[in-house]
Amino acid sequence: MTHRTPEPLQVVKERRDTALSELVARVPYISFMGFQFERRGDELTAVMPYRPDLIGNPALPALHGGALAAFLEVTALISLSWSMIWPKFEAGETMDMLPKFPKTIDLTVDYLRSGLPRDAYARAEITRAGRRYASVQVEAWQDNRTRPIVQATGHFLMPSTSETL
Amino acid sequence: MPPNTPNDIASDPDERIAIARAFIESLPHCMALGMALNSIGEGEAEFAMPYAEALIGDPDTGVIHGGAVSALMDTCAGAAVMSHPRAGYATATLDLRIDYMRAAKPGATVTAHAICYHMTKAVAFVRVSAQDGTSDVPVAAATGAFAVQRENA
Repeated sequence: MTHRTPEPLQVVKERRDTALSELVARVPYISFMGFQFERRGDELTAVMPYRPDLIGNPALPALHGGALAAFLEVTALISLSWSMIWPKFEAGETMDMLPKFPKTIDLTVDYLRSGLPRDAYARAEITRAGRRYASVQVEAWQDNRTRPIVQATGHFLMPSTSETL
Repeated sequence: MPPNTPNDIASDPDERIAIARAFIESLPHCMALGMALNSIGEGEAEFAMPYAEALIGDPDTGVIHGGAVSALMDTCAGAAVMSHPRAGYATATLDLRIDYMRAAKPGATVTAHAICYHMTKAVAFVRVSAQDGTSDVPVAAATGAFAVQRENA
């Protein structure tokens, strides 16, 4: 009986993190906005580091609602793409053929609290991933995970499995 | 979110519009996205956002990201609320539902037009559409509810 030596942990981690950063780096708007993604296993947390040009209301001051909507939409899209890539990737397929990004059909954004001038975090939950359509819930918070500042529900058109980048 | 005039709202319409224009054109995130106010007045506003490579969401086609269009529509909707004759001293987005009908043409300026079609003591209701000048079908459309802040609400 043969016993395969498991891959060193660092190699596995690096491969996954490289795949994630390649996916994120494909989108100029994400780097323009400064959004980052952190990974724990297959779970992603998006980070919107505070910058003065994200302010929409200098009087309060508060983050721009549009920047927050964009943050949630990007988090949903990257999380959906990652969920398509992850199983294939873990099954040993290469990353040469990244799937196309899903397309946003609609997004309903619910503003709960004004965004303070500091970092924000977001996580998406894919409530249904069909072959053609997906429903995603996503929320963002700042200092306190239990006090979200904004939440959204979105519908997305998934790329057909033959569509690759 | 919240275009918010610094202090009390002027009673003269021209002055109110001038205040709203100066305020909105100073918003950092709107400047970062290159937005410009085309027109504003009496519960209506129009903004333009020129095409820029930094806004690209799909690297293969060069189509701008939906998030940038959302930010444009949110700004435009807030401006329409602020310009309404019965506006409060400030406003903030309560909710915004955005439908993305089609991709904006790469290279085209996206223009958003918003109408604040109803104003109550505490809430303003707004419709927005975004066009790229290539079709009668908007790129995106949104409806929103905005909180209206008043001195003695």
